[in-house]
Amino acid sequence: MIRLEKRPQPSQLWTAITPLVAVLLTMIVGGLMFAALGTDPLEAIRTIFWDPLFHDRFASFSRPQLLVKAGPLVLIAIGLSIGFRAGIWNIGAEGQYIIGAICGAAAGLAFYPSESVLIFPLMILCGALGGWLWAMIPAVLKTRFGTNEILVSLMLVYVAQNILISVSTGLLRNPEGMGFPGSRNFKQWDATHNAEIFANTGMHWGVVAALIAVIAAYVLMARHIQGFNIRLMGEAPRAARFSGVNPARIVFLCLGIAGVLAGMAGLFEVTGPAGQITGSFNAGYGFTAIIVAFLGRLHPIGILLAGLLMALTYIGGELAQLTLGVPGASIQLFQGMLLFFLLGLDVFTNYRLRIGHKEVA
Amino acid sequence: MDLSSINPVLLVASIMISATPILLAAIGEMVVEKSGVLNLGVEGMMITGAVVGFAVAVNTTSPGLGFVAAAVAGAVLSLTFGLLTQFMLSNQVATGLGLTLAGLGLSSLIGKPYEGIKSPTLPKFEIPLLSDLPILGKMLFSHDVMVYFSLLLVAAVWAFLKYTRAGLILRAVGESHDSAHALGYKVVYIRLFAILFGGACAGLGGAYLSLVRVPQWTEGMTAGAGWIALAIVVFASWRAGRVLIGAYLFGGVTVLQLNLQAAGANVPVALLSASPYLITILVLVVISARGAHGAPASLGRSFHASN
Amino acid sequence: MLRRTLLTTAALAMTLGGAAFAESHGEEITAGFIYIGPPGDGGWTYEHDQARQKMEAHFEGKVKTVYQENVPESADAERAITQMALSGANIIFTTSFGYMDPTLAVAEKFPDVKFEHATGYKRADNVSTYSARFYEGRAVQGHIAGKMTKTNKIGYIASVPIPEVIRGINSAYIHAKKVNPDVEFSIIWLYTWFDPAKEADAARALIENGADVVLQHTDSTAPQAAAKEAGNVITFGQASDMSDYAPMPRVSSIIDNWAPYYIERVQAVIDGTWESTDTWDGISTGMVEIGEISDAVPADVKAEALALKDAIAAGEYHPFTGPLNKQDGSPWLAEGEVADDGTLAGMNFYVEGITAEVPN
Repeated sequence: MIRLEKRPQPSQLWTAITPLVAVLLTMIVGGLMFAALGTDPLEAIRTIFWDPLFHDRFASFSRPQLLVKAGPLVLIAIGLSIGFRAGIWNIGAEGQYIIGAICGAAAGLAFYPSESVLIFPLMILCGALGGWLWAMIPAVLKTRFGTNEILVSLMLVYVAQNILISVSTGLLRNPEGMGFPGSRNFKQWDATHNAEIFANTGMHWGVVAALIAVIAAYVLMARHIQGFNIRLMGEAPRAARFSGVNPARIVFLCLGIAGVLAGMAGLFEVTGPAGQITGSFNAGYGFTAIIVAFLGRLHPIGILLAGLLMALTYIGGELAQLTLGVPGASIQLFQGMLLFFLLGLDVFTNYRLRIGHKEVA
Repeated sequence: MDLSSINPVLLVASIMISATPILLAAIGEMVVEKSGVLNLGVEGMMITGAVVGFAVAVNTTSPGLGFVAAAVAGAVLSLTFGLLTQFMLSNQVATGLGLTLAGLGLSSLIGKPYEGIKSPTLPKFEIPLLSDLPILGKMLFSHDVMVYFSLLLVAAVWAFLKYTRAGLILRAVGESHDSAHALGYKVVYIRLFAILFGGACAGLGGAYLSLVRVPQWTEGMTAGAGWIALAIVVFASWRAGRVLIGAYLFGGVTVLQLNLQAAGANVPVALLSASPYLITILVLVVISARGAHGAPASLGRSFHASN
Repeated sequence: MLRRTLLTTAALAMTLGGAAFAESHGEEITAGFIYIGPPGDGGWTYEHDQARQKMEAHFEGKVKTVYQENVPESADAERAITQMALSGANIIFTTSFGYMDPTLAVAEKFPDVKFEHATGYKRADNVSTYSARFYEGRAVQGHIAGKMTKTNKIGYIASVPIPEVIRGINSAYIHAKKVNPDVEFSIIWLYTWFDPAKEADAARALIENGADVVLQHTDSTAPQAAAKEAGNVITFGQASDMSDYAPMPRVSSIIDNWAPYYIERVQAVIDGTWESTDTWDGISTGMVEIGEISDAVPADVKAEALALKDAIAAGEYHPFTGPLNKQDGSPWLAEGEVADDGTLAGMNFYVEGITAEVPN
């Protein structure tokens, strides 16, 4: 009989190697899938994992794009991971991201066509504020009424999406846009353009913010008393209460951080890579970030690596579509597999596999 | 505007059709959650059911077989979720999201050859005698068989949870898996069964979309219906009867909004499309403020016998 | 699946050839396409993909094509276009309005690659724009709809409130009204180009409200299926022929035929004569086709509709010819006056008689 036995302590070895084993397994099973689709599996795997980094024609472009794609994912996932550690399930980052982008963009557009250097910082502030406000809705409802934050934050994503459609065809519509939906393009307005800080590196302010967030989260969780409280509340809620942790404060803190970071990510995206508010500028980063947070096992450094890995599968997946003609859907399935393998293998961090009957002892 | 052009009989009939997919998925998910498991992969299972049901219906020219296949497909997909969360003890939120991702990808791969073709659809089944009733007959008793099936299913789930011993055990597992385990119930297998049931229901809901409501296959055609099903379960505070109300309310707002537009009313489309979500939040607040959460106490928590 | 395999082989050959490919097969040209939806949508992307295949067949192996489907109109678009340019495409067709700014941004970085953006209004030295005068087809539809309706109620499933869609509604209304003064339009806005479930629901709502003609400006065949189920309702194919639903409910269609344009533009690249232009063609050049009018339409109505089509094709008649007033009653076009392209391109108002309001 095969059964699981709880380890006295999480295995350090398994914590380190499960991501590698998961990637390896994904490559094998994913390779079989590509073979079934009539594509050379080695070619496909190489295109996804190798070409974005080292292909002689694409790499110089796609390497910086990894940062562009990973930046918002990491920024959002860092915020989410802090809440997840405390057992607060904010799965509505997509909504906070959208509202942040709308608020930040609206603040900027109000001053069109000023070229003041103060506009961009103001937009970042309003973006953060917008995301924060949107996250405060589930926070207030949870602390005041005990309403489930998973569902409230999720419902608010759809509300945000409807607001987005409404403002992109109404309030924020570009008056010189020939009647088409979408705001002015921030890329064509220097004061608000979130341009690359160094040309051709992909390094824009959102990526910088993500790196700062990684460091700040690391310090918070490892060194700061609130970080300790957050972890305590997640791992032993009752003990947390006895040691004087105020659960409401932790809820506000965690959702607040997540909202601020998601809102900023939205603003950086809309003023940078996306360029304008449109009904579809949000590419699901808020949901993908949840996966990134788990792939990075809720650890700041892990999230940074997971964000880059996820970005790699996106960009590599696009290259595979373009050069090998594999369907885009297979890439989605591939990412799903990666997550499944990681989640499944995670069990060996806390449990060990035993074959045979339980010993009496 | 001329609202008199809206025919209430036809309106109710349309609402029933538009609500059936989410009703099927929601009633399944409610059973899953009652057992203490949160499966966020409803969308992925629905769309897999939609494509498999469509493919089988086209190849066998039997919509009935299509529905059966869709239920099986939904259940098989949910089995991966079940194995991961129940045996490998993975996080349910993340696994559910992964299931949605995988389901969306898988379905569009399977569906490629089926894009743009027509399928056999379910005929209307007029219930003898009842369908001859004035007004009510056309409104309630002239639907296809899956509409009646979904209503029967709701009643069956309600009776199962309320009156049967198995239903009681299921609820006990969802409230306190440790006590249930101590009483000698096989927590993991009971949950696995609930997950399979939920998967099958979601698959049926998806197939209703691709075989009756639209009826055709297109990539991503569930367009968020699975998430709405999740919202309805909470909206209903985990009660079968209220799941029915919730699903018809959601279906109702969608259809009503289109009917108002068709009648020439100048409705703010974005506000109306957002209204079901706002209403759900409001209901959530009201039921949680009253203190009666109704949520199974072990919802979302992993269970391992050594704990 | 054959299409996919063919493409894969072609693309594989290209990748394996690597950078030397372009030189070693000096005369070969690669044309890239960026699609907003899946080629199987049955409407907009389907027709672009059909045209891609016809163009490839026309050049008998001298032109390779690559495409990327389901490219969202977000930051992903710019990357997809850039990667296509990097992969060695000589000309890239970006087939949705939302790709406008990304197309221009990429074009700036690749001065030697030619870009063709569908339905936009911004051009550059290496960026052309192209679109079709769908409103000409709408005039023919409006005529048939006005003649055929018995309830005098015509339903219209509209997508996103942009000038092209508003132009279509106006054109259909003017010509329906001309032959049937009692006609009324019910318009439903869906804020999406492609969502079969919503389109089906919208069609049902219109039919339940008494419409016996449903016009659509969304891309799926779901409204056709809903009309078929209702029985005595007629519809028109949109973007593609949708002939699966002929002769009833689909009685005719507007077909986007991009193939001649794609062949012409790729030929220009081969010849080295490509120049940035703005193309807005209609029935006369065949970019807009009227699908077979089915036998469900009485012979006299069919003859009138074909005569209208011929008049438009010959340039004898313009669908927007005065006297026409705007919705608020203010005069727009005087007797015999014809709308100019500038006004049409930015059209954001309904003509007199439509009771709904343009959403914003």
